[in-house]
Amino acid sequence: MKKMALEEYKGVFVFAQQVDNVLDGVAFELLGKGKDLAKDLGTDVTAVLIGSDVKGLADQLAEYGADKVIVVDDPVLKDYRTEPYAHALASVINEYKPEIVLVGATAIGRDLGPTVSARVKTGLTADCTSLEIGDFPLVAAPGKESEQKHNQLLMTRPAFGGNTIATIACPDNRPQMATVRPGVMQKIAPIQGAKANIVEFNPGFTPNDRYVEILNIVKAVKTTANIMDAKILVSGGRGVGSKENFKLLEDLAEVLGGTVSCSRAVVENGWLPVDLQVGQTGKTVRPQIYFAIGISGAIQHVAGMEDSDLIIAINKDEDAPIFDVADYGLVGDLNKIVPALTAALKAELGK
Amino acid sequence: MNIVVCIKQVPDTKGGVKFNPDGTLDRAAMLAIMNPDDKAGLEAALRIKDETGAKVTVLTMGLPKADAVLREALAMGADDAILVTDRVLGGADTWATSTTIAGALRNLEYDLIITGRQAIDGDTAQVGPQIAEHLGLPVISYAEEIKIEGDSVIVKRQYEDRYHELKAKMPCLITALSELNEPRYMTPGGIFDAFDKEVTVWGRADLKDVDDSDLGLKGSPTKIAKASDKVAKGAGEKVNLDPTESVAYLMGKFKEKHII
Repeated sequence: MKKMALEEYKGVFVFAQQVDNVLDGVAFELLGKGKDLAKDLGTDVTAVLIGSDVKGLADQLAEYGADKVIVVDDPVLKDYRTEPYAHALASVINEYKPEIVLVGATAIGRDLGPTVSARVKTGLTADCTSLEIGDFPLVAAPGKESEQKHNQLLMTRPAFGGNTIATIACPDNRPQMATVRPGVMQKIAPIQGAKANIVEFNPGFTPNDRYVEILNIVKAVKTTANIMDAKILVSGGRGVGSKENFKLLEDLAEVLGGTVSCSRAVVENGWLPVDLQVGQTGKTVRPQIYFAIGISGAIQHVAGMEDSDLIIAINKDEDAPIFDVADYGLVGDLNKIVPALTAALKAELGK
Repeated sequence: MNIVVCIKQVPDTKGGVKFNPDGTLDRAAMLAIMNPDDKAGLEAALRIKDETGAKVTVLTMGLPKADAVLREALAMGADDAILVTDRVLGGADTWATSTTIAGALRNLEYDLIITGRQAIDGDTAQVGPQIAEHLGLPVISYAEEIKIEGDSVIVKRQYEDRYHELKAKMPCLITALSELNEPRYMTPGGIFDAFDKEVTVWGRADLKDVDDSDLGLKGSPTKIAKASDKVAKGAGEKVNLDPTESVAYLMGKFKEKHII
C-alpha cells in the first residue's frame, strides 16, 4: 500500500442507503453511531446520499443526526448497480477525504463497500458489531510508546461462524472503512423539523462495460420469510403440540413484527416447512430477540441460535437445556404464557 | 470459453464446532472442507461446461495442504488446478488476498471468474468484488442463478427483498451463493484421475503486476488489534411463576432493555 497523508482526512461519513427512494433503517443507525465517533474525534458526521431524485430524503438524515448531507443525484443511479454507485461513493471519498466511512452490511453494502475500498486503496472491515475510538496497538509495546497511534477506529466483528471475535484497526490508510451489521447500532431520537445542510456533488457518469444492465426487478413475494434476516424470531418446538397451535406463536410474532421459526422436530412432524428450521441441519440465525417456545434445546438447535442477542425461553420442563443459554427463562405452560404475553405487548405497543 | 473458479479451503464450522476444555475453539479437531459458496460456484461453472464445453480452471491461495480442495474440484470435473502458495503471502487481509489472486489471474485467459460470495471462516464477502476491482471487471455479487447468452451472462442477483436480473458483458466476475445449486459428488473415476493430474503451483514470482507492498501481512491495511475465541455465554435468569406474573416479569425486562 502506498503511504498516505493521513492528516488530510477528516470527518465521519455514512453511506445513507436508499432503495426505491426510501431510506434504509441502517442509515439512521449508522448516523447514531457516527455521531458518537465524531464526538470522540471532535469532528462532525456527514451522510452520503446516492440515488436518483433523492434530495427530498436529506432532511430525514438531518433529523437522525447528519450535520451535513452530500447528495449525488443522477438518473443513472435510479436502481442499485455496483459500478455507478461505487464511482459515486469513491469520488465523494476522493473529493472530501473523510477519516471514517461506514456502510451498512446489507446485500448492497457488502458489494459496494469492498469495491469502493479497493478503488480508494484502503482497508475494509466487514460486518462490524461494535465500533469505538481508541489506540492502536491497544497497549503500546515497552519503549515504543511513541509508535502507538491514537484516535483510531477500532472495529469489532465476529468471525468463524460467530465463534471468535476480533478487533481490527486500519492505522496507516484512510479512510478507515467498515461495513456494519444492521440492527446493532442505536439511532438517536429524531430531531423533529431539522433541516439538512446539503452539498450537491456529481462526479459525472460515463457508462462503460462495467455498468451492468438491469433486465428485470422482481420484488420477492416469498411464501416463507427468510429467518436469517429476521430481527425477531418466535421459534417453536415439539412442545407447541400441533400445527394449529402455532397460531399462538404467529400472533406473538405479528405484534412484534417478527417471524415464526422452528426446531427440527416441528419440520419432521410436518407442522412447518424446512425453510423455517433453526439449528445445525437448518439455518444459523442471530436475531436481536429469539423466543424459544416449547423447545427443549438440543445441542443441534442451540448451535443455530446461541448468538442471538437476547434469548427468551418458555418451557414447562424446568430442567430443559434451553434454559442454560436463555437470558430470560419462563418455566410454565406456553399455552397460557404466550397469549398473555401477546396481549400485554399489544396493549403496551398500542399506547 | 474459459472459466476460472476461485475456491478456499476452510475449517468446517457448520458440521459442529469443537471447543477446547477452556472454551476456546479447537481448530485442529475441525475438518477442512471446500468453502460451500465456492463449491456452488464450481458447480455452476461445471454446468456451463456440461452445456458448452467450457474449460474450467480452479485456483486457490493457501497453505500447501489446500491441494486437497483442488483435487476435490478436479474429481468433480474441473480441467486444471492452480495453487498459489508462498510464505510471503501469509497473514493477508482481504486487500492483500485480492491483490494476490488478481496477480495470479492476470496470467490466465478468462471469460468468466466465479468466486463464492463469502467464506465461512471470515464471512467478509469482500475478496470477490475486490478482485474484480483490481482487474477492472464488472462484478455481480450474490448470484442465485447464472446463464450464458452469447458474450454475456444473465444473473439473478439476490437482495433482501427482491432480485435483479442483470446482464453483464464478459469478461466479468460473479460471486456465488450456496443457494445457486446442489453441488455434484466426485465420481470414483474422477477421484482416480484427480490424483494423476498435476496441480500447478505458483509462488510470489508468478504473480503478475503486483507490488510487494500489497502482499501478505505487510501489505494488509487492516491489522488485528485483539482476537479472542468467544466464550460460550452462561445461563441468565430463570423464573417459575404463574402465567400473569411471568408475563409481567418479562414485560419489565423488555422495558429495562428499551425493547418496548
